[in-house]
Amino acid sequence: MSAGIILFVVCAIACLAGALITVAAQNPIRGAMGLLTTIFGIAGLFLKLRAEFLTAIQLIVYAGAVVVLFVFVLMLLGPDARAPARAGRSGASRALGGALFVITSVLGMLSLASQHRQHPLGPVAPDHGSVEAVGRAMFGPGIFAFELVTALLIVAVIGAIAVARGRQGSVRKKSTVRAPRDLFAGPPRTRAAARRLGSEGAE
Amino acid sequence: MNALGDIVESYVLLSSLIFMIGGVGFLVRRNVLVQLMSIELMLNSVNLLLVAFNRVHGDAMTGNMFAFFIIAVAAAEVAVGLAIVLSYYRLKSTVYTDEADLLRH
Repeated sequence: MSAGIILFVVCAIACLAGALITVAAQNPIRGAMGLLTTIFGIAGLFLKLRAEFLTAIQLIVYAGAVVVLFVFVLMLLGPDARAPARAGRSGASRALGGALFVITSVLGMLSLASQHRQHPLGPVAPDHGSVEAVGRAMFGPGIFAFELVTALLIVAVIGAIAVARGRQGSVRKKSTVRAPRDLFAGPPRTRAAARRLGSEGAE
Repeated sequence: MNALGDIVESYVLLSSLIFMIGGVGFLVRRNVLVQLMSIELMLNSVNLLLVAFNRVHGDAMTGNMFAFFIIAVAAAEVAVGLAIVLSYYRLKSTVYTDEADLLRH
């Protein structure tokens, strides 16, 4: 048992346990902690694969930003984030979809494991995965994608602000908030509904 | 199994397992937040796969570069996704996807 194998086993167990907690936890805040465990495990595996730059990025972006964003939203929603769902009307189709996905994945993994292939990781250059090496690739052949990613991040930030802020300025009365279904239900069916819609249109 | 962490197949299997768990979570759970976390799991497993293959073909850093871009796209996706969740919660006062049935029928 070398140190590398121990690192791999510990990180793999952390990844799998965290993933299972993420998916199975009833309380989403526990799910966020499971996601954090998985992220740390994958960061450890990145270290084992000698991708030091990506280890740092993984910890900064995922553990530092994404999980914190999840926790912020969970705190903002409060107990509604883990309120029990109403009786599902799609339980059977969900179970069927999940079962099909599991069967397909397990078949794929079994076909891989049955081939008994072993590709060793092998020796690499001493600066493999360092900031310099990744930077040379990113600002050489990948410069166009890099610029596109900056544009994507700006658009995402502006879009997130625009979507999350909602409509500002006018505080809507509680009575005017209707079910959105009414907006798209076709022509008004009753005279009273027509009058209601007409009076609101005139406002 | 003489070198558990030293062959690329072990990473492929681990990544497939994480992807499977994430996919099942996305398909089976009804909480939007849990579904978003499952998407993150799947993106992370793909990152692990890319870095492992980059370690085998070590003369270029393309896999690391791709993983970096995937992390950036995942961050953008989570920001927009959580904004949509907040907007949806404001509309429906719930975070369960069964209630998002405006386009049903």
